[in-house]
Amino acid sequence: MPLLDVQHLRVEYATAGRPAVAVDDVSLTVGEGEFVGVVGESGCGKSTMLFAVARLLSPPAEITHGSVEFRGQNLVTMAEKQLNLLRWRDFSVVMQSAMNALNPVATIGAQFADALTAHGKFTKAEITERSVEVLRMVGIDPIHLRSHPHQLSGGMRQRAMIAMALLFTPDLVIMDEPTSALDVVAQRALMVQIRELQARLGFAVVFVTHDMSLVSHFSDQLLVMYAGQVVESGPTRTVFDQPAHPYSRGLLDAFPSVRGPRVPLTGIPGSPPDLSRPAEGCRFQPRCPVALPECATTRPPLYPVGPAQSRCLLNAPVENNAEVPS
Amino acid sequence: MTELLRTRGLTRHFKVGGTFSGRRLHAVDDVDLTIEEREIIALVGESGSGKSTIARLLARVYEPTAGEILYRGRSLAQLRRRKDLLAYRGDVPMVFQDPFSSLNPAYRVKHGIMRGLILHRPDLDAAGRQAEAERVVEAVGLHPAAEILERYPYELSGGQRQRIGFAQALAYRPKLIIADEPVSMLDVSIRIGLLNLMATLREDAGVSILYITHDIASARYLSDRVAVMYGGHIVEAGPTEDVLGEPKHPYTQLLLSAVPDPRAPLDPDVALDRGEPPRVVDPAPGCRFRARCPLAIDRCDVETPLLRDLAPRHQAACHVAT
Repeated sequence: MPLLDVQHLRVEYATAGRPAVAVDDVSLTVGEGEFVGVVGESGCGKSTMLFAVARLLSPPAEITHGSVEFRGQNLVTMAEKQLNLLRWRDFSVVMQSAMNALNPVATIGAQFADALTAHGKFTKAEITERSVEVLRMVGIDPIHLRSHPHQLSGGMRQRAMIAMALLFTPDLVIMDEPTSALDVVAQRALMVQIRELQARLGFAVVFVTHDMSLVSHFSDQLLVMYAGQVVESGPTRTVFDQPAHPYSRGLLDAFPSVRGPRVPLTGIPGSPPDLSRPAEGCRFQPRCPVALPECATTRPPLYPVGPAQSRCLLNAPVENNAEVPS
Repeated sequence: MTELLRTRGLTRHFKVGGTFSGRRLHAVDDVDLTIEEREIIALVGESGSGKSTIARLLARVYEPTAGEILYRGRSLAQLRRRKDLLAYRGDVPMVFQDPFSSLNPAYRVKHGIMRGLILHRPDLDAAGRQAEAERVVEAVGLHPAAEILERYPYELSGGQRQRIGFAQALAYRPKLIIADEPVSMLDVSIRIGLLNLMATLREDAGVSILYITHDIASARYLSDRVAVMYGGHIVEAGPTEDVLGEPKHPYTQLLLSAVPDPRAPLDPDVALDRGEPPRVVDPAPGCRFRARCPLAIDRCDVETPLLRDLAPRHQAACHVAT
């Protein structure tokens, strides 16, 4: 049984008109100790998906379909009371902006104590001992338990957030763009650290980011999302080496490299679609460089492509469609 | 090549702490930078390295603490008359990082462009301004221009808004556009479009661009020359391919090794560096990178390294680099 099993998840935002479907039929599984990367542009539904998995959505967003099974228990139908037994102890969330996610008027130590007492019974000494332990784990001097967030640098704040998520040594840590506010050097150091901690403590990670290259060396599985749907998923190396979906190819070609020859790049023309008015056919079709006439009318399912899956008609396993125009 | 702008010993300090603390943050120290006509120069560094302060000094948002800025051979400190200042601001406009807060949401797109035109191009009449506004909007790749001008910012995507930022700058017939992290808030798939736009503007409008970024890969993609900043100093400068192909300064080397590159295998030896860029408050002499530097020697503690030529047009400020 996988640690986390998300099936056909659908999240809608109620709007004045038609509801906007931010997450549309997303399925993913995370095994014990696995690192799953979720990449996509802003507005593709990756953060909403993450919030839905952790049951952190608030109106007008609502899960309208699908299941989220954590160790076989369906989180979608679970009562808040039961959820609170799992939260932080079994799975925890690292938010995007440590600057805003930490309380600016409380010390780091007080916030750690808060999390510990909210989810368990501990003596003062136990709280201090555990707080010191997790701070050491992420390489911050325990003296900073008495510091306020503004006294830490961006990288340290982000690492303090990760330390906080590890207070109960959970099985799953969900991370929403934890590195986006950091510089490249700090970003790289944080990624290496997450990988080290993961190897040591054995937790699984779901890592959401807009920067595909960031997870290239760290994730086992990769999900590429576009306009609320998974357009490609598979082992990370496969997706990078043989991207099957035109959108994944476009994303990869949008990164200038610091090595090799300087080549002109094109990026992806256009911009992501309005989720409250989804196109009739493939959602990427208006921006797709290799679209066929039928793409405008046919909604492609996820087709298997080797060990990966791709939501593109060009990957359909029919002979007369197999030829990919280049 | 003709020199357009040059800074000489450009320095900017800020008071920090209480009124009487007397402590000063050295945001920019002793920076010599030249920008030539039709040149794209990238200023690369981590946050807090002083790169945005340089942008604001050049845009005259801040006055320098010491040193001077020469525009076409004339010191900016001499620009006293409103007419001269206005002319300089028209020649050297700025494009901001955040396209969501740099356009006024209460006005149509044309408002910002028109205001600039009224201020900087008084020779144009209303019809001329409209034609000019349409020209610049088309020049940044937005069609149909007349319709875009009537829209409100909320009707545009992030990439389109940032293009409007460039259109506003372009309306002044600029000589140098200061672009402070113009793509860092945009999605990956549309960043390249804006980088390509900047390259096109140089070709078509003949402007120079100071491209300020923390993304060394995009600096390589776009720029002719690159200057790397650390702790308020320029630590390395030279032609882009030389600096990134053969980085001399250990900080440039660190920065390059940290760039994620999906096409290359992971090098497990690099980026164990957990250091942070310094907040340079009342510094003593010495190299500001020494605490993080793998090559540091005793001399680095006592003597601030100056930029010196290590290859043709390629300088680094390091005692050890060769």
